[in-house]
Amino acid sequence: MAPMNAIIVGCGRVGSALAQGLADDGWKVVVIERREDALTRLGEGWRHPFVLGHGMDSHVLERAGIADAEVLIAATDGDNTNLVIAQVATKRYRVPHVAARIQDPARAEAYGDRGFEVISPVRLAIDGLAAWARAARPAA
Amino acid sequence: MFAVVVGGGKVGANVTRSLVAKDHEVTVVEQERARADALEAEFGHRVVHGDGTEMYVLELAGIARPPDLVLALTGDDEDNMVIAQLARERYGVEKVIARVNDPRNQEHFDLLGIAPTVCPTQRIMSLIEHEVPEHDLVHLLELRSENLEIIEVEVGARCPCVGTPVEELGLPAGSRLISVVRDGKAEIAVGETVLEPGDQVLAILEPGRESEVRRLLLGR
Repeated sequence: MAPMNAIIVGCGRVGSALAQGLADDGWKVVVIERREDALTRLGEGWRHPFVLGHGMDSHVLERAGIADAEVLIAATDGDNTNLVIAQVATKRYRVPHVAARIQDPARAEAYGDRGFEVISPVRLAIDGLAAWARAARPAA
Repeated sequence: MFAVVVGGGKVGANVTRSLVAKDHEVTVVEQERARADALEAEFGHRVVHGDGTEMYVLELAGIARPPDLVLALTGDDEDNMVIAQLARERYGVEKVIARVNDPRNQEHFDLLGIAPTVCPTQRIMSLIEHEVPEHDLVHLLELRSENLEIIEVEVGARCPCVGTPVEELGLPAGSRLISVVRDGKAEIAVGETVLEPGDQVLAILEPGRESEVRRLLLGR
C-alpha cells in the first residue's frame, strides 16, 4: 500500500507500537497524547510529530492535521473516549478510514455499524482462546 | 414515570432525590463503590453499582423496559455521550437528557444529535454576561433546534439607532426586534417604535447575524 497520512490517538502500549510500525512502513504518522511522559514509549528514534493534548479537543485534532488524514485510529485507554473521537473523525472531518479500539465486546458490537472499524482486543482474546480450546483433543 | 439516572455524584443524587420526592420510579447508577454505598443508605434498592456505560449495568438498572426518561449526568462528557446514544439507539428510550461538563464538548453532543443537553458552566457564563454590564450584547437564550437566539442590547446615547423608527433601521433578514424596556416598562417593538437612549432591546435572530445587528444598533 502507498504511504498514507495517519493520526494515532493515544500513546499507550497499543498506540505507540502501532505508530512505530506504520512509521517503519514509511507512513506519515502523527501521535496525539495527553500525558507528556507517555511519549517516551515512542523511543529515542521517533522522528515524527506528536501533539500534546486531548483527542476530543477539535483544536488538537486540527493541529495534528485531521483535515488531510486518511487514517485515524482511536487507541486511548478509554472506550467511550475512543467512540466519541471515532465518530467526530468520521462525521465531522470525513476521515475516510477510522478505527476505534473498544475493550468492552458489548459496546464494540453496539457500535459495529457506524462507518468506522471497531476492534475489540477482549473479543479477539475470547475468540482466539475459544478456538484454541476447541481444537484441543483428549490425550491419547 | 420511570427514570434511569446514570451518575450518582452531586447532580445525579440531587436529581434522584427530587424525582423520588415526586413519587417517580427511579434507579440511579453509580460506578464508585463508596459513593454507591452512600447512595444506597438513602435510596435503598434504587441504586445499581457499576459502570453506567456497560450495557449489562444499564440493563440491571432497567433500561430495556425502556424507561420514560434517561438522564446521563456523569462527570465525563464522553460517558454521557455514549450513555445517551445507547439509551436512544439501542434501547429505544425516547427522552434522554445529557449533562455537558466541558462547554467545549457541546459541539460533539450536537454532532451526535444528543439533545437536550444541560451545561451548567455555559449557564453561569450567560448569567455573568447578563449580570456584569461589561458586554453591550448579551446572549439570553439559544434555541438550538430552531437555529435562533435571543439577545439583549442596551441603547446608549451615541448609538446610531437613536431616534430612528425600527422599520427604518435596515435590520438584516433573519433578525427582528421583540421588545423594548423603557423606564422599567416593556413594550412590543413595532415598526414605528423609535429607540431612545437607555432602552433595553430584545432581539431574535439567526446565529451569525449578531455583528450586523450590533453594528446597526450600537455602531460597533
